[in-house]
Amino acid sequence: MGSFIETKNITHHFGSTIALDDVSFTIGENELFGFIGPDGGGKTTLFRILTTLIIPDKGSAAIMGYDTVKEFRELRKEIGYMPGRFSLYQDLTVEENLKFYATIFGSTIEENYYLIKDIYSQIEPFRKRLAGRLSGGMKQKLALSCALIHKPSLLILDEPTTGVDAVSRAEFWEMLHRLRDEGITIVVSTPYMDEALRCDRIALIQNGHILDINTPENIRKRFTRRLYAASHPDKYKLLLALRDISCISSAFPFGESVHITLTDEASCDDVMNSLCANGIMGTVINDIEPGVEDTFLELMQK
Amino acid sequence: MSTEKVIEVREMVKRFGSFVANDHLSFDVYRGEVFGFLGANGAGKTTAIKILCGLSRPSSGSVMVAGIDASRSPEEIKKKIGYMSQKFSLYEDLTVAENIELYGGIYGMRMKEIRDRTDKLLERLDFTHYRNTIIADMPLGLKQKLAFSVAVFHDPEIVFLDEPTSGVDPITRRQFWEMIYETAAGGITVFVTTHYMDEAEYCNRITIMNEGKIVALDTPARLKEEYGVTNMEELFVMITRPKKPSAV
Repeated sequence: MGSFIETKNITHHFGSTIALDDVSFTIGENELFGFIGPDGGGKTTLFRILTTLIIPDKGSAAIMGYDTVKEFRELRKEIGYMPGRFSLYQDLTVEENLKFYATIFGSTIEENYYLIKDIYSQIEPFRKRLAGRLSGGMKQKLALSCALIHKPSLLILDEPTTGVDAVSRAEFWEMLHRLRDEGITIVVSTPYMDEALRCDRIALIQNGHILDINTPENIRKRFTRRLYAASHPDKYKLLLALRDISCISSAFPFGESVHITLTDEASCDDVMNSLCANGIMGTVINDIEPGVEDTFLELMQK
Repeated sequence: MSTEKVIEVREMVKRFGSFVANDHLSFDVYRGEVFGFLGANGAGKTTAIKILCGLSRPSSGSVMVAGIDASRSPEEIKKKIGYMSQKFSLYEDLTVAENIELYGGIYGMRMKEIRDRTDKLLERLDFTHYRNTIIADMPLGLKQKLAFSVAVFHDPEIVFLDEPTSGVDPITRRQFWEMIYETAAGGITVFVTTHYMDEAEYCNRITIMNEGKIVALDTPARLKEEYGVTNMEELFVMITRPKKPSAV
Protein backbone atom coordinates (compact mmCIF):
# COMPACT_ATOMS: atom_id res chain seq x y z
CA MET A 1 0.00 0.00 0.00
CA GLY A 2 1.48 3.33 -1.06
CA SER A 3 1.48 6.30 1.20
CA PHE A 4 -1.68 8.36 1.18
CA ILE A 5 -0.07 11.35 2.83
CA GLU A 6 3.64 12.01 2.64
CA THR A 7 5.43 15.00 4.12
CA LYS A 8 9.11 15.70 3.69
CA ASN A 9 11.15 17.93 5.96
CA ILE A 10 8.42 20.46 6.67
CA THR A 11 9.65 23.50 8.55
CA HIS A 12 7.51 26.51 9.33
CA HIS A 13 8.03 29.70 11.33
CA PHE A 14 5.80 32.43 12.65
CA GLY A 15 8.16 35.34 13.07
CA SER A 16 10.98 34.03 15.22
CA THR A 17 8.90 31.15 16.61
CA ILE A 18 9.49 27.80 15.01
CA ALA A 19 6.15 26.01 14.71
CA LEU A 20 7.32 22.93 12.80
CA ASP A 21 10.89 21.77 12.65
CA ASP A 22 11.82 19.32 9.90
CA VAL A 23 8.73 17.15 10.12
CA SER A 24 8.53 14.06 7.90
CA PHE A 25 5.99 11.25 8.07
CA THR A 26 3.74 9.08 5.94
CA ILE A 27 0.14 8.06 6.55
CA GLY A 28 -1.43 5.08 4.77
CA GLU A 29 -4.77 4.95 3.03
CA ASN A 30 -7.70 4.29 5.36
CA GLU A 31 -5.71 4.84 8.52
CA LEU A 32 -7.16 6.56 11.55
CA PHE A 33 -4.08 8.55 12.46
CA GLY A 34 -3.72 10.73 15.56
CA PHE A 35 -1.39 13.61 16.36
CA ILE A 36 -1.13 13.67 20.13
CA GLY A 37 0.48 16.57 21.93
CA PRO A 38 0.01 19.73 23.97
CA ASP A 39 -1.26 23.08 22.73
CA GLY A 40 1.41 25.01 20.89
CA GLY A 41 3.09 21.80 19.69
CA GLY A 42 2.49 22.47 16.00
CA LYS A 43 -0.61 20.36 15.35
CA THR A 44 -2.76 23.14 13.92
CA THR A 45 0.04 24.54 11.74
CA LEU A 46 0.63 21.09 10.32
CA PHE A 47 -3.08 20.65 9.59
CA ARG A 48 -3.23 24.01 7.84
CA ILE A 49 -0.37 22.96 5.61
CA LEU A 50 -2.06 19.63 4.83
CA THR A 51 -5.34 21.37 4.03
CA THR A 52 -3.48 23.73 1.62
CA LEU A 53 -4.30 26.79 3.73
CA ILE A 54 -0.70 27.81 4.37
CA ILE A 55 2.48 27.20 2.45
CA PRO A 56 5.37 25.79 4.49
CA ASP A 57 8.64 27.74 4.63
CA LYS A 58 10.51 24.58 3.69
CA GLY A 59 9.71 21.02 2.72
CA SER A 60 6.72 19.55 0.94
CA ALA A 61 3.54 17.59 1.50
CA ALA A 62 1.63 15.40 -0.92
CA ILE A 63 -1.77 13.84 -0.41
CA MET A 64 -3.01 11.16 -2.85
CA GLY A 65 -0.10 12.22 -5.02
CA TYR A 66 -1.24 15.86 -5.17
CA ASP A 67 1.23 18.47 -4.01
CA THR A 68 -0.36 20.69 -1.34
CA VAL A 69 1.06 23.84 -2.92
CA LYS A 70 0.98 23.26 -6.69
CA GLU A 71 -2.15 21.14 -6.85
CA PHE A 72 -4.23 22.65 -4.09
CA ARG A 73 -7.33 22.99 -6.30
CA GLU A 74 -7.58 19.27 -7.00
CA LEU A 75 -6.69 18.45 -3.44
CA ARG A 76 -9.31 20.61 -1.79
CA LYS A 77 -12.06 18.52 -3.36
CA GLU A 78 -10.67 15.45 -1.62
CA ILE A 79 -10.41 16.91 1.87
CA GLY A 80 -12.98 17.51 4.57
CA TYR A 81 -11.62 19.78 7.30
CA MET A 82 -12.98 20.50 10.74
CA PRO A 83 -10.94 23.31 12.29
CA GLY A 84 -10.39 23.56 16.03
CA ARG A 85 -12.47 26.66 16.37
CA PHE A 86 -16.13 26.45 15.34
CA SER A 87 -16.06 27.99 11.88
CA LEU A 88 -19.52 27.53 10.45
CA TYR A 89 -21.85 30.41 9.72
CA GLN A 90 -23.47 31.28 13.05
CA ASP A 91 -26.24 33.27 11.40
CA LEU A 92 -27.27 30.49 9.05
CA THR A 93 -29.44 27.64 10.27
CA VAL A 94 -28.20 24.10 10.72
CA GLU A 95 -29.73 23.06 7.42
CA GLU A 96 -28.50 26.15 5.53
CA ASN A 97 -24.92 25.51 6.65
CA LEU A 98 -25.05 21.92 5.50
CA LYS A 99 -26.62 22.85 2.17
CA PHE A 100 -24.02 25.58 1.66
CA TYR A 101 -21.13 23.17 2.16
CA ALA A 102 -22.70 20.58 -0.14
CA THR A 103 -23.31 23.20 -2.84
CA ILE A 104 -19.82 24.71 -2.91
CA PHE A 105 -18.45 21.24 -3.54
CA GLY A 106 -21.00 20.70 -6.33
CA SER A 107 -22.96 18.14 -4.36
CA THR A 108 -26.30 17.92 -2.56
CA ILE A 109 -27.32 16.86 0.92
CA GLU A 110 -29.26 13.94 -0.58
CA GLU A 111 -26.32 12.58 -2.57
CA ASN A 112 -24.16 11.73 0.43
CA TYR A 113 -26.74 11.70 3.17
CA TYR A 114 -25.95 8.07 4.01
CA LEU A 115 -22.51 9.14 5.16
CA ILE A 116 -23.71 11.67 7.70
CA LYS A 117 -27.03 10.04 8.62
CA ASP A 118 -25.88 8.69 12.01
CA ILE A 119 -24.52 12.06 13.06
CA TYR A 120 -26.87 14.47 11.37
CA SER A 121 -30.05 12.69 12.41
CA GLN A 122 -29.22 13.68 16.00
CA ILE A 123 -29.33 17.39 15.16
CA GLU A 124 -31.95 17.20 12.42
CA PRO A 125 -34.79 18.04 14.82
CA PHE A 126 -33.04 21.43 15.20
CA ARG A 127 -32.41 22.00 11.49
CA LYS A 128 -34.18 25.38 11.55
CA ARG A 129 -32.10 26.65 14.48
CA LEU A 130 -29.26 29.13 13.90
CA ALA A 131 -25.88 27.41 14.16
CA GLY A 132 -24.73 30.04 16.65
CA ARG A 133 -27.43 28.94 19.06
CA LEU A 134 -26.50 25.27 19.24
CA SER A 135 -24.90 23.62 22.28
CA GLY A 136 -21.23 22.59 22.06
CA GLY A 137 -22.00 18.96 21.33
CA MET A 138 -24.46 19.85 18.58
CA LYS A 139 -22.04 22.33 16.97
CA GLN A 140 -19.46 19.57 16.86
CA LYS A 141 -21.90 17.23 15.11
CA LEU A 142 -22.88 19.90 12.60
CA ALA A 143 -19.25 20.76 11.86
CA LEU A 144 -18.49 17.09 11.24
CA SER A 145 -21.54 16.77 8.97
CA CYS A 146 -20.42 19.79 6.94
CA ALA A 147 -16.89 18.42 6.63
CA LEU A 148 -18.27 15.13 5.33
CA ILE A 149 -21.11 16.16 3.05
CA HIS A 150 -18.99 16.20 -0.13
CA LYS A 151 -17.73 12.69 0.61
CA PRO A 152 -14.05 13.51 1.05
CA SER A 153 -11.33 10.88 0.74
CA LEU A 154 -9.52 12.41 3.68
CA LEU A 155 -11.00 13.88 6.83
CA ILE A 156 -8.81 16.22 8.88
CA LEU A 157 -10.08 17.05 12.36
CA ASP A 158 -8.29 19.55 14.59
CA GLU A 159 -9.04 18.81 18.25
CA PRO A 160 -12.64 17.79 17.59
CA THR A 161 -13.16 16.62 21.17
CA THR A 162 -11.76 19.56 23.12
CA GLY A 163 -14.33 20.95 25.55
CA VAL A 164 -16.78 18.14 24.90
CA ASP A 165 -18.04 15.94 27.72
CA ALA A 166 -16.87 12.36 28.08
CA VAL A 167 -20.08 10.77 26.80
CA SER A 168 -20.14 12.85 23.62
CA ARG A 169 -16.44 12.20 23.14
CA ALA A 170 -16.93 8.44 23.35
CA GLU A 171 -19.72 8.70 20.77
CA PHE A 172 -17.56 10.89 18.55
CA TRP A 173 -14.79 8.30 18.47
CA GLU A 174 -17.30 5.57 17.67
CA MET A 175 -18.41 7.72 14.73
CA LEU A 176 -14.82 8.11 13.51
CA HIS A 177 -14.35 4.36 13.56
CA ARG A 178 -17.47 3.90 11.42
CA LEU A 179 -16.23 6.51 8.93
CA ARG A 180 -12.87 4.81 8.71
CA ASP A 181 -14.69 1.56 8.01
CA GLU A 182 -16.50 3.37 5.15
CA GLY A 183 -13.06 3.87 3.58
CA ILE A 184 -12.27 7.43 4.65
CA THR A 185 -8.73 8.18 5.81
CA ILE A 186 -8.85 10.22 9.01
CA VAL A 187 -6.21 12.46 10.56
CA VAL A 188 -7.15 13.81 13.97
CA SER A 189 -5.37 15.78 16.68
CA THR A 190 -5.93 15.81 20.41
CA PRO A 191 -4.13 16.98 23.55
CA TYR A 192 -5.55 13.98 25.43
CA MET A 193 -3.34 10.96 25.77
CA ASP A 194 -6.21 8.64 26.58
CA GLU A 195 -7.65 9.24 23.09
CA ALA A 196 -4.44 7.90 21.54
CA LEU A 197 -5.61 4.35 22.14
CA ARG A 198 -8.51 4.88 19.77
CA CYS A 199 -6.21 5.53 16.78
CA ASP A 200 -4.57 2.99 14.47
CA ARG A 201 -1.28 4.86 14.66
CA ILE A 202 -0.21 8.00 16.46
CA ALA A 203 2.49 10.62 16.30
CA LEU A 204 3.59 12.25 19.54
CA ILE A 205 4.27 15.88 18.74
CA GLN A 206 5.76 18.62 20.89
CA ASN A 207 7.50 21.95 20.18
CA GLY A 208 7.32 21.35 16.44
CA HIS A 209 9.03 17.96 16.65
CA ILE A 210 7.63 14.50 16.22
CA LEU A 211 8.91 12.50 19.19
CA ASP A 212 7.72 9.16 17.86
CA ILE A 213 5.31 7.57 15.38
CA ASN A 214 3.88 4.12 15.92
CA THR A 215 0.84 2.13 16.94
CA PRO A 216 -0.33 3.02 20.47
CA GLU A 217 0.69 -0.47 21.57
CA ASN A 218 4.25 -0.09 20.26
CA ILE A 219 4.53 3.38 21.75
CA ARG A 220 3.69 1.89 25.12
CA LYS A 221 6.27 -0.83 24.59
CA ARG A 222 8.98 1.76 24.01
CA PHE A 223 8.92 2.37 27.71
CA THR A 224 11.60 -0.13 28.59
CA ARG A 225 11.99 0.31 32.33
CA ARG A 226 9.85 -1.29 34.98
CA LEU A 227 7.10 0.99 36.11
CA TYR A 228 5.36 0.98 39.47
CA ALA A 229 2.35 2.81 40.83
CA ALA A 230 2.64 3.90 44.45
CA SER A 231 -0.47 4.96 46.30
CA HIS A 232 -1.21 6.38 49.71
CA PRO A 233 -4.20 8.34 51.03
CA ASP A 234 -2.03 11.47 51.28
CA LYS A 235 -0.74 11.69 47.71
CA TYR A 236 1.17 14.91 48.18
CA LYS A 237 3.04 13.68 51.24
CA LEU A 238 3.87 10.48 49.38
CA LEU A 239 5.13 12.36 46.35
CA LEU A 240 7.41 14.61 48.40
CA ALA A 241 8.76 11.62 50.32
CA LEU A 242 9.41 9.66 47.10
CA ARG A 243 11.41 12.55 45.68
CA ASP A 244 13.77 12.30 48.64
CA ILE A 245 14.51 8.61 48.19
CA SER A 246 17.81 8.09 46.40
CA CYS A 247 16.88 4.84 44.62
CA ILE A 248 13.91 6.50 42.87
CA SER A 249 14.85 7.57 39.39
CA SER A 250 11.55 9.27 38.45
CA ALA A 251 8.30 10.06 40.29
CA PHE A 252 5.30 11.60 38.54
CA PRO A 253 1.81 12.04 39.92
CA PHE A 254 -0.69 10.09 37.78
CA GLY A 255 -4.20 10.63 39.04
CA GLU A 256 -4.70 8.50 42.10
CA SER A 257 -1.15 7.19 42.29
CA VAL A 258 2.44 8.21 41.69
CA HIS A 259 4.24 6.42 38.85
CA ILE A 260 7.81 5.63 39.77
CA THR A 261 10.86 4.07 38.20
CA LEU A 262 13.81 2.85 40.25
CA THR A 263 17.55 2.90 39.78
CA ASP A 264 18.95 -0.36 38.40
CA GLU A 265 19.89 -2.15 41.57
CA ALA A 266 16.93 -1.02 43.69
CA SER A 267 13.76 -2.94 44.55
CA CYS A 268 10.30 -2.01 45.80
CA ASP A 269 11.28 -3.23 49.24
CA ASP A 270 13.97 -0.56 49.38
CA VAL A 271 11.34 2.06 48.61
CA MET A 272 8.93 0.69 51.21
CA ASN A 273 11.67 0.65 53.83
CA SER A 274 12.68 4.22 53.09
CA LEU A 275 9.06 5.37 53.25
CA CYS A 276 8.53 3.62 56.60
CA ALA A 277 11.74 5.15 57.92
CA ASN A 278 10.22 8.52 57.04
CA GLY A 279 7.04 7.65 58.89
CA ILE A 280 4.87 7.00 55.83
CA MET A 281 3.05 3.77 56.47
CA GLY A 282 0.52 1.90 54.41
CA THR A 283 1.82 2.74 50.95
CA VAL A 284 0.82 0.25 48.27
CA ILE A 285 3.19 -0.31 45.36
CA ASN A 286 2.12 -2.26 42.28
CA ASP A 287 3.85 -3.29 39.09
CA ILE A 288 1.98 -1.64 36.19
CA GLU A 289 1.94 -1.48 32.41
CA PRO A 290 3.11 1.85 31.05
CA GLY A 291 0.61 3.98 29.13
CA VAL A 292 1.14 6.35 26.22
CA GLU A 293 1.54 9.25 28.63
CA ASP A 294 4.37 7.46 30.48
CA THR A 295 6.22 7.11 27.18
CA PHE A 296 5.53 10.72 26.29
CA LEU A 297 6.99 11.86 29.62
CA GLU A 298 10.06 9.72 29.09
CA LEU A 299 10.59 10.99 25.53
CA MET A 300 10.16 14.61 26.67
CA GLN A 301 13.02 14.25 29.10
CA LYS A 302 15.48 13.05 26.49
CA MET B 1 -7.39 17.25 54.92
CA SER B 2 -9.47 18.39 57.86
CA THR B 3 -13.06 17.65 58.84
CA GLU B 4 -13.98 21.32 58.78
CA LYS B 5 -16.61 21.99 56.14
CA VAL B 6 -15.97 24.94 53.86
CA ILE B 7 -18.88 24.25 51.54
CA GLU B 8 -22.18 22.94 52.89
CA VAL B 9 -25.00 22.42 50.44
CA ARG B 10 -28.40 21.12 51.59
CA GLU B 11 -31.33 20.42 49.29
CA MET B 12 -30.24 23.14 46.91
CA VAL B 13 -32.73 23.75 44.11
CA LYS B 14 -32.40 26.17 41.21
CA ARG B 15 -35.29 26.67 38.83
CA PHE B 16 -35.48 28.65 35.63
CA GLY B 17 -39.20 28.91 34.99
CA SER B 18 -40.47 25.35 34.97
CA PHE B 19 -37.00 23.94 34.28
CA VAL B 20 -35.20 22.48 37.30
CA ALA B 21 -31.46 22.96 36.67
CA ASN B 22 -30.38 21.82 40.16
CA ASP B 23 -32.66 19.31 41.79
CA HIS B 24 -32.12 19.03 45.57
CA LEU B 25 -28.32 18.89 45.68
CA SER B 26 -26.69 18.06 49.01
CA PHE B 27 -22.96 17.73 49.59
CA ASP B 28 -20.08 18.94 51.75
CA VAL B 29 -16.55 19.94 50.80
CA TYR B 30 -13.82 19.96 53.44
CA ARG B 31 -10.96 22.33 54.09
CA GLY B 32 -7.88 21.42 52.08
CA GLU B 33 -9.78 18.96 49.91
CA VAL B 34 -9.31 18.65 46.15
CA PHE B 35 -12.91 18.16 45.07
CA GLY B 36 -13.88 17.22 41.51
CA PHE B 37 -17.20 18.30 40.06
CA LEU B 38 -18.13 16.38 36.91
CA GLY B 39 -21.09 16.03 34.64
CA ALA B 40 -22.11 16.02 30.99
CA ASN B 41 -22.78 19.27 29.14
CA GLY B 42 -26.14 20.53 30.37
CA ALA B 43 -26.14 18.46 33.57
CA GLY B 44 -26.41 21.57 35.75
CA LYS B 45 -22.78 22.04 36.82
CA THR B 46 -22.47 25.63 35.69
CA THR B 47 -25.68 26.59 37.47
CA ALA B 48 -24.42 25.05 40.71
CA ILE B 49 -21.00 26.66 40.46
CA LYS B 50 -22.51 30.08 39.85
CA ILE B 51 -24.40 29.73 43.11
CA LEU B 52 -21.29 28.55 44.97
CA CYS B 53 -19.36 31.56 43.60
CA GLY B 54 -22.06 34.02 44.65
CA LEU B 55 -23.08 34.85 41.08
CA SER B 56 -26.58 33.48 41.40
CA ARG B 57 -28.95 32.65 44.25
CA PRO B 58 -30.53 29.27 44.88
CA SER B 59 -34.33 29.04 44.49
CA SER B 60 -34.49 27.04 47.73
CA GLY B 61 -32.32 25.02 50.07
CA SER B 62 -29.34 26.15 52.08
CA VAL B 63 -25.87 26.88 50.73
CA MET B 64 -22.99 27.92 52.96
CA VAL B 65 -19.68 28.82 51.33
CA ALA B 66 -16.74 29.76 53.56
CA GLY B 67 -19.23 30.39 56.35
CA ILE B 68 -21.37 32.72 54.26
CA ASP B 69 -24.99 32.13 53.33
CA ALA B 70 -25.22 32.15 49.53
CA SER B 71 -28.90 33.11 49.63
CA ARG B 72 -28.36 36.14 51.82
CA SER B 73 -24.90 37.57 51.09
CA PRO B 74 -23.63 36.25 47.75
CA GLU B 75 -21.41 39.34 47.32
CA GLU B 76 -19.45 38.40 50.44
CA ILE B 77 -18.62 35.00 48.96
CA LYS B 78 -16.76 36.55 46.05
CA LYS B 79 -14.14 37.99 48.38
CA LYS B 80 -13.42 34.59 49.89
CA ILE B 81 -12.86 32.64 46.70
CA GLY B 82 -10.51 32.52 43.75
CA TYR B 83 -11.34 31.43 40.20
CA MET B 84 -9.37 30.23 37.23
CA SER B 85 -10.57 28.90 33.92
CA GLN B 86 -8.65 27.53 31.01
CA LYS B 87 -10.44 29.84 28.60
CA PHE B 88 -9.79 33.10 30.38
CA SER B 89 -7.57 33.89 33.29
CA LEU B 90 -4.98 36.59 32.62
CA TYR B 91 -4.94 39.75 30.54
CA GLU B 92 -2.82 38.96 27.52
CA ASP B 93 -1.68 42.54 26.93
CA LEU B 94 -0.60 43.23 30.50
CA THR B 95 2.71 42.12 31.98
CA VAL B 96 3.09 39.45 34.64
CA ALA B 97 3.51 42.04 37.40
CA GLU B 98 0.59 44.14 36.13
CA ASN B 99 -1.74 41.14 36.10
CA ILE B 100 -0.84 40.29 39.68
CA GLU B 101 -1.30 43.90 40.76
CA LEU B 102 -4.67 44.10 39.03
CA TYR B 103 -5.97 40.97 40.75
CA GLY B 104 -4.55 41.94 44.11
CA GLY B 105 -6.19 45.35 43.75
CA ILE B 106 -9.56 43.87 42.79
CA TYR B 107 -9.48 41.80 45.97
CA GLY B 108 -8.71 44.90 48.02
CA MET B 109 -5.14 44.06 48.93
CA ARG B 110 -2.87 46.94 49.86
CA MET B 111 -0.14 47.98 47.44
CA LYS B 112 2.65 47.14 49.85
CA GLU B 113 1.28 43.68 50.46
CA ILE B 114 0.86 43.14 46.71
CA ARG B 115 4.49 44.13 46.08
CA ASP B 116 5.86 41.93 48.84
CA ARG B 117 3.84 38.95 47.78
CA THR B 118 4.64 39.49 44.10
CA ASP B 119 8.36 39.31 44.85
CA LYS B 120 7.90 36.12 46.82
CA LEU B 121 5.64 34.56 44.23
CA LEU B 122 7.93 35.31 41.28
CA GLU B 123 10.86 33.91 43.21
CA ARG B 124 9.01 30.75 44.16
CA LEU B 125 7.92 30.15 40.55
CA ASP B 126 11.41 31.02 39.31
CA PHE B 127 9.72 33.74 37.24
CA THR B 128 11.70 36.84 38.27
CA HIS B 129 12.99 37.36 34.73
CA TYR B 130 9.39 37.32 33.47
CA ARG B 131 8.23 40.15 35.74
CA ASN B 132 7.86 42.64 32.88
CA THR B 133 6.95 40.16 30.14
CA ILE B 134 3.62 40.58 28.37
CA ILE B 135 1.44 37.55 29.03
CA ALA B 136 0.90 36.98 25.30
CA ASP B 137 4.63 36.32 24.92
CA MET B 138 4.76 33.59 27.57
CA PRO B 139 4.65 29.86 26.89
CA LEU B 140 1.26 28.29 27.63
CA GLY B 141 2.51 26.09 30.45
CA LEU B 142 3.96 29.04 32.36
CA LYS B 143 0.80 31.08 31.80
CA GLN B 144 -1.26 28.33 33.37
CA LYS B 145 1.02 28.17 36.42
CA LEU B 146 0.85 31.92 36.80
CA ALA B 147 -2.91 31.97 36.33
CA PHE B 148 -3.28 29.52 39.18
CA SER B 149 -0.93 31.50 41.43
CA VAL B 150 -2.90 34.66 40.70
CA ALA B 151 -6.19 32.91 41.53
CA VAL B 152 -4.87 32.11 45.02
CA PHE B 153 -2.83 35.29 45.45
CA HIS B 154 -5.31 36.83 47.89
CA ASP B 155 -5.30 33.66 49.99
CA PRO B 156 -8.92 32.63 49.38
CA GLU B 157 -10.74 29.92 51.34
CA ILE B 158 -11.64 28.09 48.14
CA VAL B 159 -10.32 28.22 44.60
CA PHE B 160 -12.52 27.14 41.69
CA LEU B 161 -10.69 25.68 38.69
CA ASP B 162 -12.37 25.02 35.37
CA GLU B 163 -10.52 22.38 33.30
CA PRO B 164 -7.24 23.61 34.76
CA THR B 165 -4.76 21.45 32.87
CA SER B 166 -6.52 21.01 29.57
CA GLY B 167 -4.08 21.26 26.65
CA VAL B 168 -0.82 21.57 28.59
CA ASP B 169 2.09 19.18 28.12
CA PRO B 170 2.42 16.15 30.40
CA ILE B 171 5.30 17.53 32.46
CA THR B 172 3.77 20.96 33.03
CA ARG B 173 0.50 19.30 33.90
CA ARG B 174 2.17 17.32 36.66
CA GLN B 175 3.92 20.40 37.98
CA PHE B 176 0.52 22.05 37.94
CA TRP B 177 -1.08 19.29 39.98
CA GLU B 178 1.77 19.52 42.45
CA MET B 179 0.95 23.20 42.86
CA ILE B 180 -2.67 22.24 43.46
CA TYR B 181 -1.70 19.65 46.08
CA GLU B 182 0.63 22.12 47.75
CA THR B 183 -2.15 24.70 47.85
CA ALA B 184 -4.60 22.18 49.29
CA ALA B 185 -2.03 21.04 51.87
CA GLY B 186 -1.78 24.71 52.86
CA GLY B 187 -5.49 24.74 53.73
CA ILE B 188 -7.06 26.19 50.58
CA THR B 189 -9.88 24.03 49.25
CA VAL B 190 -9.64 23.27 45.54
CA PHE B 191 -12.86 22.80 43.59
CA VAL B 192 -12.21 21.41 40.10
CA THR B 193 -14.69 21.12 37.26
CA THR B 194 -13.60 19.15 34.25
CA HIS B 195 -14.69 16.99 31.34
CA TYR B 196 -11.44 15.09 31.51
CA MET B 197 -11.44 11.97 33.55
CA ASP B 198 -7.71 11.89 34.04
CA GLU B 199 -8.03 15.24 35.80
CA ALA B 200 -10.77 13.74 37.93
CA GLU B 201 -8.43 10.98 39.07
CA TYR B 202 -6.24 13.54 40.81
CA CYS B 203 -9.08 14.64 43.10
CA ASN B 204 -9.60 13.40 46.66
CA ARG B 205 -13.32 12.99 46.02
CA ILE B 206 -15.50 13.55 43.00
CA THR B 207 -19.15 14.07 42.37
CA ILE B 208 -20.93 13.37 39.09
CA MET B 209 -24.04 15.31 38.11
CA ASN B 210 -26.61 14.11 35.64
CA GLU B 211 -29.86 15.82 34.66
CA GLY B 212 -29.72 18.24 37.58
CA LYS B 213 -29.02 15.63 40.26
CA ILE B 214 -25.93 14.30 41.98
CA VAL B 215 -25.67 10.66 40.96
CA ALA B 216 -22.30 9.74 42.47
CA LEU B 217 -20.09 11.14 45.22
CA ASP B 218 -17.02 9.40 46.62
CA THR B 219 -13.29 8.89 46.12
CA PRO B 220 -12.32 7.84 42.58
CA ALA B 221 -11.06 4.49 43.92
CA ARG B 222 -14.27 3.64 45.76
CA LEU B 223 -16.45 4.67 42.82
CA LYS B 224 -14.48 2.50 40.42
CA GLU B 225 -14.80 -0.40 42.82
CA GLU B 226 -18.50 0.15 43.41
CA TYR B 227 -19.31 0.19 39.70
CA GLY B 228 -16.80 -2.51 38.78
CA VAL B 229 -14.93 -0.42 36.20
CA THR B 230 -11.22 0.11 35.67
CA ASN B 231 -11.20 3.80 34.85
CA MET B 232 -13.18 6.99 35.38
CA GLU B 233 -14.10 7.30 31.72
CA GLU B 234 -16.03 4.04 31.83
CA LEU B 235 -17.64 5.06 35.08
CA PHE B 236 -18.73 8.41 33.71
CA VAL B 237 -20.21 6.95 30.53
CA MET B 238 -21.98 4.24 32.50
CA ILE B 239 -23.55 6.76 34.87
CA THR B 240 -24.47 9.54 32.50
CA ARG B 241 -25.03 8.09 29.03
CA PRO B 242 -28.46 9.43 28.25
CA LYS B 243 -31.19 6.95 27.56
CA LYS B 244 -31.51 6.61 23.81
CA PRO B 245 -34.69 8.13 22.45
CA SER B 246 -37.21 5.49 21.42
CA ALA B 247 -36.95 4.33 17.81
CA VAL B 248 -38.19 6.85 15.28
